[in-house]
Amino acid sequence: MKSWMGKMKAIMLFGFLSLLLAGCGKENLTALDPKGYGAEKSLDIILLTTGIMVGVFLVVIIIYTIVLARFRRKKGDNHIPEQVEGSKKLETIWTVIPIILVLIMGIPTVVYTFDLADTSEASSTLNINVTGHQYWWNFEYEDHNVVTSQDLYIPVGEKVYVNMLSSDVIHSFWVPTITGKMDVNPENVNTMYIEAYEEGVYWGKCAELCGPSHSLMDFKVIVVSPEEFEQWITDMQNVDPEEVPTDAVAQEGQELFQSNCMSCHAIGDASSAGPNLTNFGNRVHFVGYLEPTKENLVEWIMDPESLKPGNKMTGMYEVTEEEAEKIAEYLMQLKSTDVTPESAGGLID
Amino acid sequence: MSTATTQKRSVSAVIWDYLTTVDHKKVGILYMLGGAFFFLLGGLEALIIRIQLIKPENDFVSAGLYNEMITMHGTTMIFFAAMPILIGLMNYIMPLQIGARDVAFPFLNALGVWLFIFGGLLMNVSWFTGGAPDAGWTNYAPLSLQSPGHGVNYYVMGLQLSGAGTLMSGINFIVTIVRMRAPGMTYMRMPLFSWTTLVTSILILFAFPAFTVALFLMQFDRMFESAFFDIALGGNSIIWQHLFWIFGHPEVYILILPAFGIFSEIFPTFSKKRLFGYTAMVFATFLIAFLGFMVWAHHMFTVGLGPVANAIFAIGTMAIAVPTGIKIFNWLLTMWGGSIQINSAMLYALGFIPSFTIGGMTGVMLGATVADFQYHDTYFVIAHFHYVIVGGVVFGILAAMHYWWPLMFNRILNETLGKWAFWTFFFGFHLTFFVQHFLGLMGMPRRYWVFLEGQGLDVGNFVSTIGTFLMTIGVLIFLYNIVHTYFKGEVPAQDPWDGRTLEWSVPTPVPFYNFKQLPLVRGLDALWLEKMEGDGKIKPAEPVAPIHMPNSSILPFIMAVGFTIASFGFIYQLDGPLGRITIYIGMAIAVGSMIIRSLRDDHGYYVEFDEDEPQKEGA
Repeated sequence: MKSWMGKMKAIMLFGFLSLLLAGCGKENLTALDPKGYGAEKSLDIILLTTGIMVGVFLVVIIIYTIVLARFRRKKGDNHIPEQVEGSKKLETIWTVIPIILVLIMGIPTVVYTFDLADTSEASSTLNINVTGHQYWWNFEYEDHNVVTSQDLYIPVGEKVYVNMLSSDVIHSFWVPTITGKMDVNPENVNTMYIEAYEEGVYWGKCAELCGPSHSLMDFKVIVVSPEEFEQWITDMQNVDPEEVPTDAVAQEGQELFQSNCMSCHAIGDASSAGPNLTNFGNRVHFVGYLEPTKENLVEWIMDPESLKPGNKMTGMYEVTEEEAEKIAEYLMQLKSTDVTPESAGGLID
Repeated sequence: MSTATTQKRSVSAVIWDYLTTVDHKKVGILYMLGGAFFFLLGGLEALIIRIQLIKPENDFVSAGLYNEMITMHGTTMIFFAAMPILIGLMNYIMPLQIGARDVAFPFLNALGVWLFIFGGLLMNVSWFTGGAPDAGWTNYAPLSLQSPGHGVNYYVMGLQLSGAGTLMSGINFIVTIVRMRAPGMTYMRMPLFSWTTLVTSILILFAFPAFTVALFLMQFDRMFESAFFDIALGGNSIIWQHLFWIFGHPEVYILILPAFGIFSEIFPTFSKKRLFGYTAMVFATFLIAFLGFMVWAHHMFTVGLGPVANAIFAIGTMAIAVPTGIKIFNWLLTMWGGSIQINSAMLYALGFIPSFTIGGMTGVMLGATVADFQYHDTYFVIAHFHYVIVGGVVFGILAAMHYWWPLMFNRILNETLGKWAFWTFFFGFHLTFFVQHFLGLMGMPRRYWVFLEGQGLDVGNFVSTIGTFLMTIGVLIFLYNIVHTYFKGEVPAQDPWDGRTLEWSVPTPVPFYNFKQLPLVRGLDALWLEKMEGDGKIKPAEPVAPIHMPNSSILPFIMAVGFTIASFGFIYQLDGPLGRITIYIGMAIAVGSMIIRSLRDDHGYYVEFDEDEPQKEGA
């Protein structure tokens, strides 16, 4: 099966790509240029089914064109065509051939379905507990006592298991370039594995309507080398949540942060009601989609509602703009590790 | 009471006539009028959605309003536009096709249409009372439980009302077809549109109760503080998804099968050839309906049901392609060797073939679980079901309008305008939705209020929005055509398309009793048979005799008003005693009308014929 699939894949990929004159979309977001195991398997089936279906479509269109070219009524032509009842032979043909086509598509689909649902190795590899919140993601590396949010760091070329649960409504975890999606339900843990082939920063999206800011619930998957990943884990484990920054503004910011924000946010290895901010200074984006600048952060602290409608942070605290700037200064300095998105090559713009 | 010789009547008389009518033709027109109104409303919502998405990070509407728009667009188009228009067509055409004088339960029929109209209006009242429902047309728990305000309550009560009406129609059509076919009209001589009406009604009968149950559970959770879907109290939100899709998938076939029926009438008529493989077409319809109940979980591949369930539902889904394929090829072969006349009705039918085939193809592709992990909840899915529902159902409805307009309104829709409308709508449709397949695969999930800049999604979204404008122009031309035809339309000759089936044998305007004498059906395509082998006239199956007809009644309308008032009460019942009082008032009106209806003897009346002039007698 492998060899004909390979050939077929090449032919179809070519056809598909030439259809797509505008390209396949953004390389760290598109599902058409996979860089992970799940996305690759999905694309195999996408190409196989597309190929067969385009074939069927062509047959339909050829008959359709012939019919329209040959059998249109001419002016003044009043003949009554022969009233054909049907044709057992023809009807059998277009019943049997589709059944065969369905089998050709169905068998690999079933095989891959079981392959992607296989969680037998889950206990022996890296496990990450993913929690979906309105409208952000929490990532807990349980075996390592490391918690982070919004940016998910994983090692390249390794099977990583994500165990997903929601704290509120249904979300869906989707990193198109690396893997297809799976729902993040509030009542049961869904497990799937992801394996990335190339280092890089990939876009993750929430794919199940979860409220007004559903479309802003983006996250990133940062795929680094296994050594960098080890380094990242170690750095994250060694963070001192109480560490006092060196400059005075940031020190004031830290005090303000501790008195205003710590009831929801955490720094260190704890999961919290709001995002864990241990390596906040290293984030690819703030709030999931804003450029990581101090202005954006201050704007977010002052008026979260306009940047992420329906979020849970609005109205939980009161700070002046001046205080917000100090807090922002402190948060920007939370760079507890040298392993950053830049280690994976940074976000492609 | 209107008769074939009715002169111009005052506006209030016409309104009163329609409020009290139990005539299947007028009920059908009410369904279509209501459906058309909601179709325009849903279209406006679609336009707002696409304008919001014309460029990245647009702020044409707010996030909350956007979610209300998508929810109302989906719900309105499915429940209050597509389905009612189709039920309206079935109401008008099916009894004429099988040689019946009305449906089996005319009173119930009138109640159904008023429940639909009030259900739709009720739901749209939510726009003015603090916000429409905003949890998507699928209304997934727990998002729908968490949704603030009364929006989702409106969703529940609006759909419960109109759903009850639909269920009544389904039962009504089944009984009509089983019990009231004309002499000689055996099942295997029934026109395909009547067949699909029967199968669709069976689908309604079995699918809607699941939704009714789901809505009741949702109503209890939201309005009586129960916890069927509340996880914190031991409920389970996945149950909603199962119930919704056990209904929701057959619903797709409730929409598309009548459209298949319409095309199965149009292709033979305008090819002057009988339907190729009639028997196979009937069985394919049944097979699609049967399989339609076996595949609901393909909407839930990413829920985490496990590989066994996913694999079974994947194969089941792909299997539906087989009977659907049979239909497509049979339509093509119907035209093969025929004498094809291309007019507006036929244009929509011809446009349907490639459009729907694409929708069917992507349906098979979506059925492949592993591929669906990428497609699911993205614009690929949006593209797929719009190819099916616009390319199939809306094309079907528009084709049916052009085809049966002369029968229903005694006017022919303007051909030039019809062609303009078709081509703008057709191009606009493909421009809007084809590119969305790729948007989905390029990483754009559905129900996104904004998409971000620099993600390669700008061009596709822009093209898609432009397509929507074209579609809008197409619809406007069609509307203008209706107005134009109303005032200046050509009065058709009897049987303008050289039709094949019984409905073209009745005089236009269609008399309120349909058939003076019940027709004798001698074979498939009864009228065509008489044209070829007889004198072109349908033989009567009975002598001229008094015709028994039902009386008009305002009770269905009052009953529906009562239920609507009670629904308002339920929506606000947690807010204080006023809500509960409203429930009692509404139910008193509804139950009161039921008691009146039950206790009063109403045996209808007889139409006596005196030298060809129908006269009403008794009451």
